[in-house]
Amino acid sequence: MPKEYMTIRDVVGPLLLVEKVTDAKYNELVELQFPDGTIGRGNVLEVTKDTALVQSFEGTRGLNTTQTRVRFLGKSMEVGVSKDILGRVFDGLGHAIDGGPDIIPEKRISIYGDPINPCARDYPEDFIQTGISSIDGLNPLVRGQKLPIFSGAGLPHPRLAAQIARQSSVLGKEEEFAVVFCAMGITFEEADYFVREFKRTAAIEKAVIFTNLADDPAVERIAAPRVALTAAEYLAFDLGMHVLVILTDMTYYCEALREVSAARKEVPGRRGYPGYLYTDLATIYERAGKIKGKKGSVTQIPILSMPEDDKTHPIPDLTGYITEGQIILSRDLHRKGIYPPVDVLPSLSRLKEKGIGTGKTREDHSSVSNQLFAAYARGKEAKELAVILGEAALSDIDKKFARFSEEFENRFIRQEDSENRSIEETLDLGWELLSRLPRVELKRVSEEHIEKYMSKFVKEEAKDEASKKLEEVNV
Amino acid sequence: MEQGTISKVSGPLVVAEGLTNAKMYDLVRVGKDRLMGEVIEIRGETASVQVYEETTGLGPGDPVFFTGEALSVELGPGLLASIYDGVQRPLNVIRDKVGDFITRGVEVSGLNREKKWEFKPTAKVGDEVSTGDILGTVQETVIIEHKIMVPPKVKGKIKEIYAGEFTVEEPIAVLEEDGREHKVKMLQKWPVRRGRPYKEKIPPDEPLISGQRVIDTFFPVAKGGTACVPGPFGSGKTVIQHQLAKWANAEIIIFIGCGERGNEMTDVLMEFPELKDPYSGEPLMKRTVLIANTSNMPVAAREASVYTGVTIGEYFRDMGYSVALQADSTSRWAEALREISGRLEEMPGEEGYPAYLGSRAAAFYERAGKTICLGKDEREGTLTVVGAVSPPGGDLSEPVTQNTLRVVKVFWGLEDQLAYQRHFPAISWLRSYSLYMDETEKYWTEKVDPEFKKLRADAMAILQREAELKEIVRLVGIEALSVNERILMETARSIREDFLQQNAFHEVDTFTSLEKQFLMLKDVMHFHEMALEAVEKGVPIKNILDAPIRERISRAKFLKEEEIGKLKDLFKDITSQFKTSNVRGEQYA
Repeated sequence: MPKEYMTIRDVVGPLLLVEKVTDAKYNELVELQFPDGTIGRGNVLEVTKDTALVQSFEGTRGLNTTQTRVRFLGKSMEVGVSKDILGRVFDGLGHAIDGGPDIIPEKRISIYGDPINPCARDYPEDFIQTGISSIDGLNPLVRGQKLPIFSGAGLPHPRLAAQIARQSSVLGKEEEFAVVFCAMGITFEEADYFVREFKRTAAIEKAVIFTNLADDPAVERIAAPRVALTAAEYLAFDLGMHVLVILTDMTYYCEALREVSAARKEVPGRRGYPGYLYTDLATIYERAGKIKGKKGSVTQIPILSMPEDDKTHPIPDLTGYITEGQIILSRDLHRKGIYPPVDVLPSLSRLKEKGIGTGKTREDHSSVSNQLFAAYARGKEAKELAVILGEAALSDIDKKFARFSEEFENRFIRQEDSENRSIEETLDLGWELLSRLPRVELKRVSEEHIEKYMSKFVKEEAKDEASKKLEEVNV
Repeated sequence: MEQGTISKVSGPLVVAEGLTNAKMYDLVRVGKDRLMGEVIEIRGETASVQVYEETTGLGPGDPVFFTGEALSVELGPGLLASIYDGVQRPLNVIRDKVGDFITRGVEVSGLNREKKWEFKPTAKVGDEVSTGDILGTVQETVIIEHKIMVPPKVKGKIKEIYAGEFTVEEPIAVLEEDGREHKVKMLQKWPVRRGRPYKEKIPPDEPLISGQRVIDTFFPVAKGGTACVPGPFGSGKTVIQHQLAKWANAEIIIFIGCGERGNEMTDVLMEFPELKDPYSGEPLMKRTVLIANTSNMPVAAREASVYTGVTIGEYFRDMGYSVALQADSTSRWAEALREISGRLEEMPGEEGYPAYLGSRAAAFYERAGKTICLGKDEREGTLTVVGAVSPPGGDLSEPVTQNTLRVVKVFWGLEDQLAYQRHFPAISWLRSYSLYMDETEKYWTEKVDPEFKKLRADAMAILQREAELKEIVRLVGIEALSVNERILMETARSIREDFLQQNAFHEVDTFTSLEKQFLMLKDVMHFHEMALEAVEKGVPIKNILDAPIRERISRAKFLKEEEIGKLKDLFKDITSQFKTSNVRGEQYA
């Protein structure tokens, strides 16, 4: 029988200080019985000889110091899992909220998860085809990677994330696939969009949904991603499924963390976020990967909205230092009406080199994507110059690059959200666009690949030019 | 063993009571699981302990055991090709014991106690030996001969010395001093927070060759020197560190993954046994020690990991080897300091970092150096330290970068703008510097070519001039430049794209020997001179820019080391192409 205390001294924000406590442990799970009889949960943040500092996941509204009961449960927070969690909707602490029956857990697992031993990790190298050229061609996703989407208010990240979840497949393999979706602090409408998308595509049967919406207690957000990842690890490493985890929106998670830190009066780091934000985020993001000798994998796509589209804000900044790349969305492209508005230059996939090439995608993948990057960068530079000095000031070569960058945005980056391009289509499209550039400028692709993949486009181009010249003559 | 009890737990920090003999930085065992920890503050009878493992489930009343020892590493045969966590527990052994996930309270020793090593004595009975003298050797891996030295504070006359197979704990020699006997084992222990002793420090004078063109040619680091690589995320810090670990001409590599990604360590673990060392032809893993404390592993162990690494580095330096240590990333180490400091409720300095950040960073980098080692043979060893820094938002004015720059002599500044253009390595040629130029120039002059110094200076001048001209172009357009200036702009582009850019993932391009670097740059500069000469004579600039030979210059980086002669041919062909109508064009036709 757990000990029960009614000795709360202070209630500050989401925290309560309980006095005269004996035998509480650090990070222990706590049950709170509010004066109105409702039951909430919390965990111990700090213990001394006779006090315990507890954070309440359900908030502290309606809580008082005289009638509230605190029970220390002698274990850290756990979540019950079984195969039946697929297709179900839970709150941030893992309670079913879809009206269905409670889960009969096959096992209960601590939500904090132990770190994967680097020796046990298997290097992620299975290319995931998302069908989106700007990702597959330039910043490919591989199984076991953590690749966040850096977005901003008003940008179509839900649409992109849903498209990735819908279209993702591994070339030539049919394996069990699941989506774990964790909503933290987002609105009902946004969460509902995902749920409807999953239902529409029948992906719901293979999805586990955890929602903590904007009006749910903020502190619950600290537990939600851990609960979701615990479920994901169970599906991946116990049941051998390939799990895609979408965490949205990490910004609200960090804000909840800041709220707790401020209530504890900790010395703040940058912008009021706690100094341990990096470590804390790492304990979430690092829970992705593959394990040697196990079939499943956990791939993470966290979404975060950058305050004021500022990449140097601590949340995107620290995220970028932990994750294996980032997909950045661009407001400029979005304004131009280009979907998906992937800002390809600052976007990056760190694991791409191992996931692409002969036997995985195509031999030319690496070099052609490097060439596209370089050419697009140069084209954008030229266009910036043209804005200041006028197009006439550009050299002929720069004009070609400028035109390239426009076509690249309009044809390579732009696609419909129902359009699922194969990797061959994506790469060929890249070559086609490159064929408009002078050959001597293509320094990053080999002669051999140019012959093999580009020559078929060159002729058409030459024909075009010839016909243009004819037109000019006619005029 | 003295025992105390816990009175407070806050994250990785535990406060214990009832300890009268605790010394600063003593090792303690916390709780029933006997988690490793270290005393970092003493107030009266209470001691604050940073715990190297997850503290969930600890509470007041739990026991704390004092060991009376400082946090130490085990040194001896068996270090190479190992992968350790921050407190020298072999991760592969942990995996065998507890499975794929790291759980708490696993006690394993740093060196294998069962394995027998073939010890070959080189000293003989009757020799007077003292600290640092070599007693014998163990062929630890195919390429590294592990020298068994007389441990610190031990000396005497060799009474007995054995040959044959021994474990690290069995005696291999007996020394006699004033009638007392010392049994010498291969295993030594050394506290991580104290530098190992040496006879004398001497200035570094030889470059650490990395095979990376921008580093070797423009910003070299000396063997025994210090360097830092600050850069925002995605600018390629880790790739540079990996490249150094792969190709640097050091004999021993220590790679510390400090608070970084798990998959990166896996990458190293899977790749290094496959890759061949360009100098010895053997797998790189055979000269490498890995220390992995990934970002989700306990934060206090991260703080210890850099010291664990540097101590192992010093040990190999003491054998007379050249050691290169990479720490990726020192910012995570500093953050660990900050977290512990915050929990100790210390008065924070800048951005919440403790006021002693600067002195700690300096003390760490100061453990690098070229030394005359202890021991009769006066062998020289070097320990080069390269630290990555991850400044928040890429802002170099932050405390970790600033404190690092004050002590290191080489600065490789990474720029995200370069990375966006896929210019890798994204080392900014305008901002970076090396204070080892003079020392290394001598080496280039003697070993490669006397012309190098001038070549390098000319190329750098062009790059700097380009930056100025770019401003002008941005304001008034390319037409405002003179012909000579346009040639210069083109040459600068050529230096950037054909020389500085280097593809770490390309089979050939990943490593370039010094000689090839020299010839490549020489070809680029030769084209520049010929072009200037040609425009002087009235050749239209378009003809020069369209010269077919430029494509060959741009592909020079993909020539294999065996084909180095082709670079000399290229030099001649540049000259001849300018003499033919190819470049001179219709004007002379």
